[in-house]
Amino acid sequence: MGRLNAAGSLEAGPAAADPGRAVRRRWLAPIVFLACLLPLAKLALDAAGGNLSANPIAEVMNRLGFWTLTLLLSSLAATPLKTFFGWTAQMRVRRMVGLFAFFYGALHFTTYLALDQAFDLSDIGADLVKRKFITVGFAAFLTLVPLAVTSSDRAVKRLGFRRWKRIHRLVHLAAVLGVVHFVWRVKADYLEPALFAIALAALLLARLAAPRFKRVPKSASGEPKSATQESLSRT
Amino acid sequence: MKERPWTLGEKEATPEPLYARRREFLSLSAAGALGVAGSALSFSCRATAKDSPSPTFSNLKRSNFAADEKQTPFTDVTTYNNYYEFGTAKSDPAANAGPFHTRPWTVALEGEINKPEVVDIDELVKRFPLEERIYRMRCVEAWSMVIPWVGFPLAQLIKRADPTANAKYVAFTTKLDPNEMPGQKRSVLDWPYVEGLRMDEAMHPLTILAVGLYGRTLPNQNGAPLRLVVPWKYGFKGIKAITKIAFVKDQPKTTWNKMAPGEYGFYANVNPEVDHPRWSQAKERRIGEFFKRKTLPFNGYADQVAKLYAGMDLRKAF
Repeated sequence: MGRLNAAGSLEAGPAAADPGRAVRRRWLAPIVFLACLLPLAKLALDAAGGNLSANPIAEVMNRLGFWTLTLLLSSLAATPLKTFFGWTAQMRVRRMVGLFAFFYGALHFTTYLALDQAFDLSDIGADLVKRKFITVGFAAFLTLVPLAVTSSDRAVKRLGFRRWKRIHRLVHLAAVLGVVHFVWRVKADYLEPALFAIALAALLLARLAAPRFKRVPKSASGEPKSATQESLSRT
Repeated sequence: MKERPWTLGEKEATPEPLYARRREFLSLSAAGALGVAGSALSFSCRATAKDSPSPTFSNLKRSNFAADEKQTPFTDVTTYNNYYEFGTAKSDPAANAGPFHTRPWTVALEGEINKPEVVDIDELVKRFPLEERIYRMRCVEAWSMVIPWVGFPLAQLIKRADPTANAKYVAFTTKLDPNEMPGQKRSVLDWPYVEGLRMDEAMHPLTILAVGLYGRTLPNQNGAPLRLVVPWKYGFKGIKAITKIAFVKDQPKTTWNKMAPGEYGFYANVNPEVDHPRWSQAKERRIGEFFKRKTLPFNGYADQVAKLYAGMDLRKAF
C-alpha cells in the first residue's frame, strides 16, 4: 500500500509561489487516501455492530461492488475534468483512486470466492460459464489486473510510455464490463446501475469530444514537465 | 403466565446460547477467510433479546405441518424483506412500512363464486380457527428462512366462497395506494402486484393465508394485514397486503412473470434442477448460516405436493 501513498512524492516541480497551493498539494493525496478507506471502515464498523442485514455476505458483496465501480468511474473522471475545466489537481491522485478501485474489486471477488461460495470450485466454475453477469464481472476484474501490476513508475519506464498507455486504455473496457455486470445482476430496480451507466457513457463521450475541445490546462508556473509527470497527467 | 405451545416450540427449535456461539464461530471463520482483522468482518450476534416478542394470538391450533429446523430469528424475518411496494432494498420495508394503515381494510371475494362479498378483514379472520405453521421460505434469490406463521388454510376460505365450475384459478391483488405504499410511486413493477394459483394449489392444505408470525400480528413489512404463504413455491408467490381474491377461468397474469417471463414462471415451484437464468437454484443460503445448503425439490414438501404436477414438464412449467 506504500505505493499508493507515493503519488505525492511524484511531484517533482519546484515549490509554487502560492503557499496555499503547496499546502493543497501536500495534503491532497493523504486526504484522498483516507477517503478511499472510509467505505471499508464503515463496513468494518457495521460488521462489528452486527449491522450488515440478515444476509451479511450478500451485503458485503454488494457494498464492495458498489465502491469498486464508484472508484473506477471516479478515476475515469480525472481526464475530462482536465480537458473541459482545466483542473489538474485530480491527476495526482488518479492512479491512487484507480488502485483503490482494484483493491475493492479484489475484496469483492474474494468475498464471492471465500464467503459466498466457500471455495466450492465446481460451483464457481459453473457460475463463470453459465451466469453471464458473473462472466463479465470476472472479465472486468481480470482486465484490471495488468493495470494494477503496471501501476508503478518503474513499470511506466520499463514498458515505455506509449506501450504503457496502450495497456492502461483497458480501464475503459473494465469499466464497461463492470457496469454491465451490475446491470445484469439487478432484478427489477435499474436505478443504480442506470446511474452508473449514464455516468460511464458521459465519461466515454467526453473522451470522444476532447479533441474538438482544445483547452490548454492552466500551468501556474509554466515550468517544463518531466517525462514522468507528462505520463501521469495524460491518458 | 402460562407457557403457550408455540413459544415452547420456538425455544426448542432455537436455543439462544447455542445460536449466539454459532455466530461467534461464523465471525472467526469469515474474518479468517478474508484475511482481514477479526473485527472487520465479524458477523456478530444481533440483539437476540428482541427476538422474543410477546404473543398476541391465543389458542392457536397446533399444526401437523411444522418444519423441525431452527427458526430464523424474529429480527431477521422482519428486517430482511422483498416488498417493493415499500422500496427495493431489503431494509426498505422495515424502514418504510411503519405508517402503513392496515385498518380499516376490506377484502373483496369475487369472480366465479356463488358468495361474492366485500368483507372486513377482522370479520374475515374471525371465521377461521388460526393455527401456527412453521414453514421453510425459499426466496427465488437463493436465500431461505424458517418462519412460524399464524394463519388459516386458504381452502377454508375457498369452500365458504363456494366456487363455480368455471373457477380454475385464484388471482390475488395487493392494495394499490402510492400514498400509503411509497414504492408504488416508481414503476419498478407493474402495480398493483398480482399473484395466482391453480385451483388445486390454492385448495392444498399447505397453502395458507397468514395474519401473523412468531405468535404476534403480522408486521407491516411482512405483508399485513393478510398475505399468502405457499411453502413449496418461491417467496415472490406469497403476495402481501391482499385486498382482492378473484376466482377466474384463465391463468392470471402475475407480476414477476409479466416482468421477466424467462426468469419467473407462473408456477415458481422451488426446483433445484431448474436454474434461474442468472443464478443457480441448486443451493441456498439459510439466513444465519455460513455454508450454503442444498435446495430440496418443492422446498422439501415434495411428498405433499409433487402429485399436483404429475405428468407436467417442470422445466417448461417452471
